[in-house]
Amino acid sequence: MLLIPCPWCGPRDEIEFHYGGQAHVAYPEDPAALSDEEWARYLFFRDNPKGRFAERWSHSAGCRRWFNVVRDTATNEIHAVYRIGEPRPVIA
Amino acid sequence: MTSRPGEVVRFRFDGRDYEGRRGDTLAAALLANGVRRVSTSVQLGQPRGIFSAGGEEPNALVQIETPFPEPMLPATTVEICDGLVATGLPGKGRLADRPDPARYDTVHAHCDVLVVGAGPAGLMAAAEAARGGARVILADERPAPGGSLLGTAEAVDGLPGRRWAAERAAELDGLADVRVLCRTTVFGHYDDNYLVAVERRTNHLGAAAPATTARERIWRIRARRVVHATGAHERFPAFAGNDLPGVMLAGAARTYVNQYGVRPGRRAVVLTTNDTAYPAALDLAAAGIEIAAIVDVRQAPGEEWARRCAERGIDVLTGHVVTAARGAGELSSVVVAPEDGGQARDVPADLLLVSGGWTPVVHLFSQAGGTLRFDEEIGAFVPGDTQARDVRLAVEVAGSARGVPTLSGCLRDGAEAGRRALAAAGFAVPDQAPPPAVEDEPAAAPARHLWLVPAADGDGDDYREHFVDLQRDVTVADVLRATGAGLRSVEHVKRYTTAGTAHDQGRTSGLLTSAITAHALGLDVADLGVTTFRAPYAPVSFAALAGRDRGHLHDPVRVTAMHDWHVARGAPLENVGQWKRPWYYPLDGEDMTAAVLRECRAAREDVAMMDASTLGKIDVIGPDAAELLDRLYTNMMSTLPVGSIRYGVMCRPDGMVFDDGTVIRLAEDHFLATTTTGNAAAVLDWMEEWLQTEWPSLRVHCTSVTEQWATVALVGPRSREVLAGLAPGLDVGNASFPFMTWRDAEVAGIPARVCRISFSGELAYEINVRSWYGLALWEAVNAAGVTPYGTETMHVLRAEKGYPIIGQDTDGTVTPQDLGMAWVVSKKKADFIGKRSFSRADTVRPDRKQLVGLLPEDTGRLLPEGVHLVEPGGTRALGHVTSGYRSAALGRTFALALISGGRERVGERLHAAMGEEMIPVTVTHHVLYDPEGARRDG
Repeated sequence: MLLIPCPWCGPRDEIEFHYGGQAHVAYPEDPAALSDEEWARYLFFRDNPKGRFAERWSHSAGCRRWFNVVRDTATNEIHAVYRIGEPRPVIA
Repeated sequence: MTSRPGEVVRFRFDGRDYEGRRGDTLAAALLANGVRRVSTSVQLGQPRGIFSAGGEEPNALVQIETPFPEPMLPATTVEICDGLVATGLPGKGRLADRPDPARYDTVHAHCDVLVVGAGPAGLMAAAEAARGGARVILADERPAPGGSLLGTAEAVDGLPGRRWAAERAAELDGLADVRVLCRTTVFGHYDDNYLVAVERRTNHLGAAAPATTARERIWRIRARRVVHATGAHERFPAFAGNDLPGVMLAGAARTYVNQYGVRPGRRAVVLTTNDTAYPAALDLAAAGIEIAAIVDVRQAPGEEWARRCAERGIDVLTGHVVTAARGAGELSSVVVAPEDGGQARDVPADLLLVSGGWTPVVHLFSQAGGTLRFDEEIGAFVPGDTQARDVRLAVEVAGSARGVPTLSGCLRDGAEAGRRALAAAGFAVPDQAPPPAVEDEPAAAPARHLWLVPAADGDGDDYREHFVDLQRDVTVADVLRATGAGLRSVEHVKRYTTAGTAHDQGRTSGLLTSAITAHALGLDVADLGVTTFRAPYAPVSFAALAGRDRGHLHDPVRVTAMHDWHVARGAPLENVGQWKRPWYYPLDGEDMTAAVLRECRAAREDVAMMDASTLGKIDVIGPDAAELLDRLYTNMMSTLPVGSIRYGVMCRPDGMVFDDGTVIRLAEDHFLATTTTGNAAAVLDWMEEWLQTEWPSLRVHCTSVTEQWATVALVGPRSREVLAGLAPGLDVGNASFPFMTWRDAEVAGIPARVCRISFSGELAYEINVRSWYGLALWEAVNAAGVTPYGTETMHVLRAEKGYPIIGQDTDGTVTPQDLGMAWVVSKKKADFIGKRSFSRADTVRPDRKQLVGLLPEDTGRLLPEGVHLVEPGGTRALGHVTSGYRSAALGRTFALALISGGRERVGERLHAAMGEEMIPVTVTHHVLYDPEGARRDG
C-alpha cells in the first residue's frame, strides 16, 4: 500500500485516497468548437506510460482535496506532489 | 523415546490416541510415536510422510477437527495441545460447517525498523537497531526465537543457541520501544514498506485459550526500514522415489533430534551435495540413530567433517549418488551407486536424509520489488542490489537470507544490517560491539549443485518417480512433458505442470523446478530464473483478514430517525447502499404481493406515506451556486425562482446519465440538491471534483445534509386534506401552493419545509423536518389515518409513471434522450457537462436502447429484471427488462425495459426469453399510468 504525501495532511495510507487518472487533462474551453474526433480524444484517450506519470488523487477520507502526483508506474515511487493549478514540476 | 522429558500432552490423530510433550509440533509428536505416514498426495494418492520441520512442509498436511475445524495445516507448524484431534489429508481439507466463535483482530503499527526473522541475524539486527534508539518490531513465525539455532543446537557466547536467543529476545522485549512477536508470520511486503503479518495467539493453548483473546491478529506495519532476516530453506535433488515417507530434509531430522528429542528413524542414509548434512548426521548418530552411510555427490567433503565421521565410524561414500529410494508405502531401502556408473547396492534404511543445499528465503524481498541474482557459490538466487537505480528499496537483507553460510557470518551480517537500517532511518549509529563468539565452525568445502540424479536403467527411468513438487505430485516427467510441448518460460512451465502452485508455494521445490526446466532446455538456471514471488508468503485465513469486520460490523449501517417504528411495525428491510429501508408493511396474514397491492391502492386512491429521509441532500451555497448547477445539470437551474423546485439530471462528459433528483432554491445563493439514495456521496464527490480541479474560481461550498433532515412523503388524492389538517397555518390551495414549489410551515407543531413534489404521479408532498423531529412527524402523519408504504410500493408507483431509477433502469450507457427525457436537456445553455456528447454519432444512433414499457400478454406473468427480449423467432437480444412489477392501478403486471430502437417499436410484439420459454409481450410507451399527468394536482 502506497504512502502518499498529501500536500495538506502529510503522508497517509493509500486507502484514504481515491485515484483520479491522468492530470492536466483540462476540460476543453469550448467543446462545441471541437470535432467529434477531438472531443472523443478528450473523453476516451489517456496516456499509459511505463515510468513517470502525472496523475490526480483525492484525499477522499481525509481533507477531501484534489492534488497532483508524479508517480513512477513501474516502481510506484512518488517523485512529487503538487496542488491543482500548479505546473508539473521538472524532476531531474 | 517415551522417556522424553516434559509435560505430557494427549492428542488424537487419524482415530488413534497418542501422547506428546508440551512444545512438540504435531509432526514431532507423530514421529516420536513412530507415525511415518501422515497424508496421501493429492493427484496420485501416494502415502506421504513428514519432510521438513517448519512452514516449508510440502507433505504432512492435516485437518484439525478439535478445538475448531481448520483445513490444510502443515503438521510441522501445529503445536499440540491437550484434546487436539487431527487427521491426515488427501491433499484437500474441509472448512468448518459452523460459525467460528473465536475473535480475530487487527493492529496497526509503525516502527523505525522492522526485523523479519528472529534467527541469529535477525536478533543481532534488532539488537543493534534497538541499541541506537530506534522503535523496533521483531517478528518470527516460530513459537520461540532462535531460528536455525533451535534445530542445530549450536552454541553462541558459550550458551546453547536456544538459550542465547531466548535471553537476547527477552532483553529486547524488555525495552520500551521494542516489540518481539513470536508465532507471527510476515506474509506480505507491499509498497513503501507496508508489511502485513499474522500472529497466532491462542491456537497452541487448545481448549484453555481465553475466549476474550483474539485467536489470530493481523499486524499492519508501516516501517521506515525493514531487515529481511528470513533465513534459508533446505532443498532436495530429484531422484526416483524421493517422495516416500522416511525421506526427510537433513536439517529437519537434525531439528527433530536436537529441538524435540525425537528420533525420526532408526537407520539412516544421508544424501548430500554439501557440508551441512554432516553435523546433522553426527547429531543423529549421537542421539542413537545408526548412520548407514553418508552418500556425498562430491569427491571431497570438508576435511574436519570427514575426520569426525571417521572417528565415529560413519561410512562416507564420496562420488556416489542415491539412484532410488524404495519401499512399500514407506522407505525400507536406498539404492546407492557410484555416480560414474559402478555397481549399485541396496542399503536397508528407514530414514533417508537429503540435502541439496540451502535456498535463501527471498519471497518478501521479491514481493517488495527487489531483483534477484544467481549466486554460484550457494547455487541459488539471492537478493540483488537494493539500491539499483530503478528500485530503491528501504530494505536490508541479512544472514542466510542472502546466502551467508556460517553462523558467525550471520551474527556479524545481522549486526551490520541493523546498523545500516539505523543509519538509514536517521539515527546516530553507536560504536560497534564485539560480535558474539561461535566456537565450533569447521572450514567448509565447496558445495556441488546437483539437481537431478539420473535414473538407473530400468529403475524409474521414465522419471515418473522423480518428484519435483511433492505437494502437487509434479515429477521430472511432467516438467519434460512441458518443455517437450514447447514451453520455454518457467512461468509457463509452472502453470502447465502446477509445480509451485500448492499451499507451500514451492518453497522447497521452486528452484528445483527451474533447474530441471533449465536442464531440459540446455540452459543455465541462472539465466532461466525463478517464478515471481507473490503475497501471501504463507496461507492466511479469511477470518484473520476479516478481523472484527464481520457480521454487523462488516459495513456501517445507516438508519433513519423513524427506523425503530418501521421495525416495530414488522416491515422487512431492504438494503439500499448502507441504508436499511422498510420494504413493505404487511398486515396480519398478508404476503408481500398483497401488502404492496394494498399500499399502491392507498397511494392512488386515498392517502399514503413513505419515509424518504434516505434521499441524498446537498447544500449548495455561494454567489456562484446557480452557475455551478447550470454547468452540472442538463437543464437550467439559474432561472429557478426562490421558492421553487426543479427536477434535474446530471450526466458524465460522455453524455450518460449519472444521477437525478430535485433542486430546491432556498435563496438567491442557496440551493438544496437531492440525489438518489445510493449515489449521495458520489454526487458530492462529483461536485467537489469539478469545483476543485476545473472551476476553482467559482465561489461555492457543497455540504452533505442528508442526515440533518428527516423526510416524510405524503402521497395520494387525500394528501392535501391531511396536510391541511396537520398544518392549519399553511395555505394548501393548488394556486397558492402549486406543484414544484416549497413553503415553510408548522406541521404537527414542528417547524418544517414542505415541498410539493411527486415521485408517484399523484398529488404529493415531501415534509422535511430536523432529524430529531422525524419520528414525531411520522407518528403525527400516521395518526391522521395515513397508510405507510415501503420501497417496493414506491418502485411500483414510479414505474407505472415511467420514472426511471438511475442505476436500476440505467447502467452508465444511457442518455437522457434514451430515457425519453429530451425535455430535461437544455437547448439554451451554451454548455453543460455532457452536452457535446449528445451530438456524437454514437448518441444519435436510431438503434440505441431506449426506455419502453412492456405488457405481458399473460396479465399475471411477472418479468424478472435482466430477462432478454428478442423478436418472435429471432435470437438477437434487443435489450433487457430493467424493472417488473404487479400493478394495482393497471390490474396486471408490467415492466420497463431498455430496447434497441424501442420507441419505434411501440405496439410491436416481442418475446421475453426465460430460458427455453418465450413469453409474449407488447411494447408500450414507458408512461403507463395517467400519461396526461392530470392526477398530480389532486
